Amino acid sequence: MENMIALTIDDHFLQVPKGTTILQAAKGIGIEIPTLCHYELKGQGIENKPGSCRVCVVEVEGSKNLVPACYTQVSEGMVVHTHTLRVIMARRTVVDLILSDHPADCLVCPQSGKCELQKLAIDLGLREITYAGEMSTYKKDISPAIIRDMNKCIMCRRCETVCNQMQTVGALSGINRGFSAVVGTAFEQKLEDSTCVMCGQCVQACPVGALSEVDNTRDVMKALNNPKKTVIVQTAPAVRVALGEEFGMEPGSRVTGKMVTALRKLGFDYVFDTDFAADLTIMEEGTEMLDRLTRYMNGDKSVRLPIMTSCCPGWVNFFETYYPDMLDVPSTAKSPMMMFGAIAKTYWAEKLGISREDLVVVSIMPCVAKKYECQRDEFKVNGNPDVDYSLTTRELADMIRYLGIKFENLSDSNFDRPLGESTGAAAIFGATGGVIEAATRTAYELYTKQTLAKVDFTELRGLSGVREATVDFNGTPIHIGIAHGLGNARKLLDKVRSGEAQFHAIEIMACPGGCVGGAGQPYHHGDFSKVEKRLNAIYEEDAAMPLRKSHENPYIQQLYKEFLGEPCGHKAHELLHTHYFDKSEKNYGL
Amino acid sequence: MCKFELNEHNKQIVTEVCESYGNKAGNVIHVLHGVQGKLGYLPAEVQEFIAMQLHMPVSQVYGIVSFYSFFTMTPKGKYPIDVCLGTACYVRGSDKVLEEFKRALGIGEGQTTPDGKFSLNTLRCVGACGLAPVATIGEKVYGRLTPNMVAGVLAEYANM
Repeated sequence: MENMIALTIDDHFLQVPKGTTILQAAKGIGIEIPTLCHYELKGQGIENKPGSCRVCVVEVEGSKNLVPACYTQVSEGMVVHTHTLRVIMARRTVVDLILSDHPADCLVCPQSGKCELQKLAIDLGLREITYAGEMSTYKKDISPAIIRDMNKCIMCRRCETVCNQMQTVGALSGINRGFSAVVGTAFEQKLEDSTCVMCGQCVQACPVGALSEVDNTRDVMKALNNPKKTVIVQTAPAVRVALGEEFGMEPGSRVTGKMVTALRKLGFDYVFDTDFAADLTIMEEGTEMLDRLTRYMNGDKSVRLPIMTSCCPGWVNFFETYYPDMLDVPSTAKSPMMMFGAIAKTYWAEKLGISREDLVVVSIMPCVAKKYECQRDEFKVNGNPDVDYSLTTRELADMIRYLGIKFENLSDSNFDRPLGESTGAAAIFGATGGVIEAATRTAYELYTKQTLAKVDFTELRGLSGVREATVDFNGTPIHIGIAHGLGNARKLLDKVRSGEAQFHAIEIMACPGGCVGGAGQPYHHGDFSKVEKRLNAIYEEDAAMPLRKSHENPYIQQLYKEFLGEPCGHKAHELLHTHYFDKSEKNYGL
Repeated sequence: MCKFELNEHNKQIVTEVCESYGNKAGNVIHVLHGVQGKLGYLPAEVQEFIAMQLHMPVSQVYGIVSFYSFFTMTPKGKYPIDVCLGTACYVRGSDKVLEEFKRALGIGEGQTTPDGKFSLNTLRCVGACGLAPVATIGEKVYGRLTPNMVAGVLAEYANM
């Protein structure tokens, strides 16, 4: 066992592989060393470890100075003490110094109660801020989805790591020096004018209130209190497997029924489901995919393959910015959220005799970029958006708390009809690989005219960043590529662009794990096992559904019969498809 | 002073510098040095163009430019003034000389006069401590300066 190192941590003797850090070794035996700048998405190859905050310092016998646990590798015979008086006093000083340039407005901070710095100050028992000195004064930068309040930045640089390494977007970088050093954009331009795609992973990673999503809860409450307005809500598939965490429930708890009850209590007139529109997306995207495939197989050289999914607004922004030469490759199908809005404000509103202006459509999304998506001009009719407001899972939890609802004690109830009925295929939209699996279920049956013996395509599931699989369409092999996280998407797309890899269809999600790991989900603080549990819950949700193929949804069939006509037909095109814009003028380097 | 234009000529200059460093992102500091040496400064358009050549985010290029005090985004004047604030010069009153340059020119540190004639910066030691306090204008060194000598020094450039 020459690659094993023996050491002692707090009187525990242990052996760990060479290269392990003190932090990892301690965690392995259940000793928690506090951290602040350290951020790791385990299994995704993403780690922010600048060793700069010094909160994780520990005492090592024989070493004159305290050492950072996140950065220091174990060595043979090392004796580590993680919580001596000297260590605790040093941590206090470190946090005290960080607080000397941090506004003490915790009472009104969007991160209050979830802030890692606040938690440290509580855990260390800080009672005063000793070091009064100069304070940073930056202007708040408000983009359509993300708010940057750099006065609160503690320079942990987690956001910079996820923006550059994980997402390869490169909007954020450390700029200036000394006291003026801060994480910012090129030339300190507004985030909106930078290469930012609004995926929001920086918000998910930020330990403090420096980065947060635009808060739309007030807008929604105003609409709910306006008697002239009919306010309806749609909920994305990934919300129901994560919302419970906000109320102390286990990650991966499925709270669909409680969520519907809570939304009724909040006063929404109708509680519908984005899953309905996900089934609709499969009808459109699946039809488009089959059409392209059939034409390609018949020798039509003008067909662009692979077809790529287009549900994810961060991904749409990404290819508009970085792959302007491939704008005709993704499916033209709108995202489920926007399809829902388009159908609600036409078909459904006409049915109930409600004018477009008096109907307010709210969406609950695991996503920050959705806030931007619903503001895009092409999704408006005479200035009136198809979806008025998009709230994150966290904002919904906030609203539930405003009303003093005991979420965990709520009984279950069902979505309203017709826009609340869905299949298991729609449920898995929330997981990486889910959209393409749902499309495969439908495309297979439409293409082969045979019923699938087994609807589970386990070869499309999993959490590795880039996946490839071949599905047998009754003798025709269909090559499928899947990527989650935009850095992984870039790897896959570069292969497609260069001709190195050939696929028939590709699914891409901007966030790690797909929507379950979305930026609008409850903060996981770098504990990626929570995302995995949500992902498993998504597949349980699917398995529990009586119908598991989108084209079998009776309300979808009715919608086509009564209103839309054929999938990808004239009316469907007008309402359910979109077009993309070349935004490459924002991008210089990548 | 005319606005910087990233014309074909300037693009050619930047492209050559980038190529001489293999268009590698790891060489960005050398590239910035080289380009500033040729153009005098690094305006945003040039940083964007460099980012494009080296395939790296422009935010990171700006991160480097804004970190190192050597790099500048404002064009230097025809006659760049550098006042030494090194220990020897400082104890002999170079801070007061700097204040007088600021007052006489009406600009702050790191700025350039509107006519583009003078720019004012500070540095730490030019190796002429025996002449402290020292300032340089271009290649020329002025020693044993006092605030009331500043007007006379500037007058040397009045008709140039």
